[in-house]
Amino acid sequence: MDQSATLTGTTVAQPRRRPFLSPLNQRRWKNFKANRRGYWSLWVFLFLFILSMFAEFIANDKPIVAVYKDQILTPIFHTYSEKVLFPDDPLALPRIDFTDSFIQDEINAHGWMLWPPIRFSYRTVNKEVPTAAPSKPAFLFDSREELCARYPMGAQDPNCVAGNFNWLGTDDQARDVLARLIYGFRISVLFGLILTALSAVVGVTFGAIQGFFGGWTDLIGQRVIEIWSSMPVLYLLLIIAAILPPGFWILLGIMLLFSWVSFVGIVRAEFLRARNFEYVNAARALGVPNRTIMFRHLLPNAMISTLTFLPFILNGSITTLTSLDFLGFGLPPGSASLGELILQGKNNLQAPWLGFSGFIVISVMLSLLIFIGEATRDAFDPRKTFG
Amino acid sequence: MTGTPLLSVRDLSVAFTQGGETTLAVDRISFDIADGETVALVGESGSGKSVSALSVLKLLQYPAASHPSGKIDFLGKDLLAAKEADLRKMRGNQIAMIFQEPMTSLNPLHTVERQIGEILRLHGAREAVIPERTLDLLDQVGIRDAAKRLKAYPHQLSGGQRQRVMIAMALSNKPKLLIADEPTTALDVTVQAQILQLLDDLKREEQMSMLFITHDLGIVRRIADRVCVMTNGKIVETGRTEDIFANPQHDYTKHLLAAEPKGRPILLNDNAAEILKADGMKVWFPIRKGLLRKTVDNVKAVDGVDVSVRAGQTLGIVGESGSGKTTLGLALTRLISSEGRIVFDGRNIDAFSFEAMRPLRREIQVVFQDPFGSLSPRMSVDEIVAEGLAVHEPKLTREERDTRVVEALHEVGLDPDTRFRYPHEFSGGQRQRIAIARAMVLKPKFVMLDEPTSALDMSVQAQVVDLLRDLQRRHDLAYLFISHDLKVVRALANEVMVMRNGKVVEFGRSEQIFDDPKTDYTKALMAAAFDIEVAPAGVVNE
Repeated sequence: MDQSATLTGTTVAQPRRRPFLSPLNQRRWKNFKANRRGYWSLWVFLFLFILSMFAEFIANDKPIVAVYKDQILTPIFHTYSEKVLFPDDPLALPRIDFTDSFIQDEINAHGWMLWPPIRFSYRTVNKEVPTAAPSKPAFLFDSREELCARYPMGAQDPNCVAGNFNWLGTDDQARDVLARLIYGFRISVLFGLILTALSAVVGVTFGAIQGFFGGWTDLIGQRVIEIWSSMPVLYLLLIIAAILPPGFWILLGIMLLFSWVSFVGIVRAEFLRARNFEYVNAARALGVPNRTIMFRHLLPNAMISTLTFLPFILNGSITTLTSLDFLGFGLPPGSASLGELILQGKNNLQAPWLGFSGFIVISVMLSLLIFIGEATRDAFDPRKTFG
Repeated sequence: MTGTPLLSVRDLSVAFTQGGETTLAVDRISFDIADGETVALVGESGSGKSVSALSVLKLLQYPAASHPSGKIDFLGKDLLAAKEADLRKMRGNQIAMIFQEPMTSLNPLHTVERQIGEILRLHGAREAVIPERTLDLLDQVGIRDAAKRLKAYPHQLSGGQRQRVMIAMALSNKPKLLIADEPTTALDVTVQAQILQLLDDLKREEQMSMLFITHDLGIVRRIADRVCVMTNGKIVETGRTEDIFANPQHDYTKHLLAAEPKGRPILLNDNAAEILKADGMKVWFPIRKGLLRKTVDNVKAVDGVDVSVRAGQTLGIVGESGSGKTTLGLALTRLISSEGRIVFDGRNIDAFSFEAMRPLRREIQVVFQDPFGSLSPRMSVDEIVAEGLAVHEPKLTREERDTRVVEALHEVGLDPDTRFRYPHEFSGGQRQRIAIARAMVLKPKFVMLDEPTSALDMSVQAQVVDLLRDLQRRHDLAYLFISHDLKVVRALANEVMVMRNGKVVEFGRSEQIFDDPKTDYTKALMAAAFDIEVAPAGVVNE
């Protein structure tokens, strides 16, 4: 029975073990890399995203570490009472304000502090703004004297350092724009990612059930979705946002109610097409349960179109969040939000750095995601894979 | 033969470049076609025969394809060096082509009349003569009631009629050379015989030459004057048809000629226990009409069929496409719903739900036709083969499961070391072995084989048939073997059931059906399959 020898037309290198990526995925990764723009966008985006995850260490109004009388303080993780510094003071406040020069002097006298590169958090109000808020970016000032005019000792003040300059200016409440951009980028991307992931889970589940079982399930599901998706989403969002207290998770929940619908169509179509594939029939003939068939044989098929769609949905989510913020129905007041920054730019045309910096960050972020999306589409293009 | 040939191909090479790698698909082949001559290019899939034929009209995907060497002389003109505009004048005019798949070669949105008219118009026929000429052409290719068929859309025609329309389109400008690329492969044997007859007649009437590409030696013998045998992009032997068949020189030609499925089924044992029995099987698909979707009629895919399969024996079911043979197989294995009693191994299974059937699935296994479609491209071979084990023997440890997979792969003649590879790295024959291993690993009692050899090359078919017979002998398996290929059925089946339009036309022992068929339909089927002869009018479909 040694016919395999005559059958083998070509000899392939023999990997003994399964490679980390299946050959199909290796080819996809190659296609992805072939799109240079998308490939670089992915790295740039990942770099920015991971950097922004550590926003507290980059822009904060507390030092990263402080050593006071051999005691190590980590103010980013803990809130310290002033009793740490002045154990006997009956008037000690429950929170240490590290921007206070009296406190700084006390700590520096008995230890040292390591400050983040930007000494403002997104909600820190700069009490020493050089001009009336909104104040212009630091690089537009002529001299250090001008920049540090409000410090008690002027340019000689120990706080007149790069970390305390507002490199991109301040907004109309004297908050540092750069810090707000870093935090705003993070919250936008996180919001988009969570919303997209949740919508994908809900949408794929619905689409899979409809496509796999077909018939009445499909018919009823489709009609429900038709009615659901014909609602004027933006107005509904405005109404609900006006009733419920604004918040990250509430907003996410409201938007999730409508955003999952966009996945159903593609997943349902993929399942309808693939449920009659021969290897699906073969699995049925083996007695494999429906759930396993859906997960193991059909879902990978549907994932291709879903993944291709994902970056664009992500972009859409971010844009919606930004526009809600712009309209004032988004995240609670005070949160770092790109939409709110743009709104300020609109209201303060005499301070163009507000609008410009917000616009540039949003457009760079969205462009990067679109480029990544294009490369993803290339990667999953079957004609590129097999052509 | 005349002095100068009509078409002369010299040192033609075709190379494909993909991702920086260049593969040579055709390697310096040369052949001639004289006036009025039919030359057949024969070879298995991947031998480069279609690519060679397509390069005559430069129909390949350029610039991915290129011609490192070669010259194609047609009436004193080098086609390889010709400009695109000149080639366009040539295509469909002096050189016409018909393709394998009549389903997709016609535009589904245009009527027959319009599609034929378009070709005539493109090559400068006067508007006034077009309707008349179209009708003539349809008559000429043997479409009955041609005038009524003018307004038909492709989906309203049968496969054979569609291929006739394609031929009419090819003939419309009286070409000197007709290139036919597997024109009958997608058709039933009886229709195939009709189309070949038609091509032969037309060639004589129109004084055409023909370049015929096929993998089927029976057709070559029937239609070709000369044969070029191709393998791995090279022509290994050229000669007159009679000489090649009577006295093949090259090893590959001998191998090809010897490759037909041979051997006899294992002996019929009348005393063997009946493992599957079904009475009055019916699969009807309702046709609903009107506002209330009332069932007005049924498509009777399977209409009252009795089946009985005995342990260790093979029941062959033959019939043309649309005869209901696959539907019957699916109904018997309870993959689609049906009416009628089905008894498997003493149990009445026709009312079993999908859940209730699950324990029985390990005893009833299915091997599908298309080894490219039936294996999930995302799973490695060991995952594919082990899938059924996970369902039916969940208690097996990882090592035990692996041992079973290795055993099964060994049994179907595959190297178990290859089990971590993915299906696309295997050839069609190897893939079909994987599919068989997937069925065998569960140690079934009954296997439904749905055209397991039709997607394979002839020599691979023979190997798969040998393998199936060997497995049957070793494990006392019962087979339900569904095929339109009578040669394969003869090599494997003890009993044969001939189906047509959902009904059984004839049933009997294999020898009796093949050697002494009783009904006209079976006779026609045999004649078409073994001798490629056309049946008298009315016996078979068109």
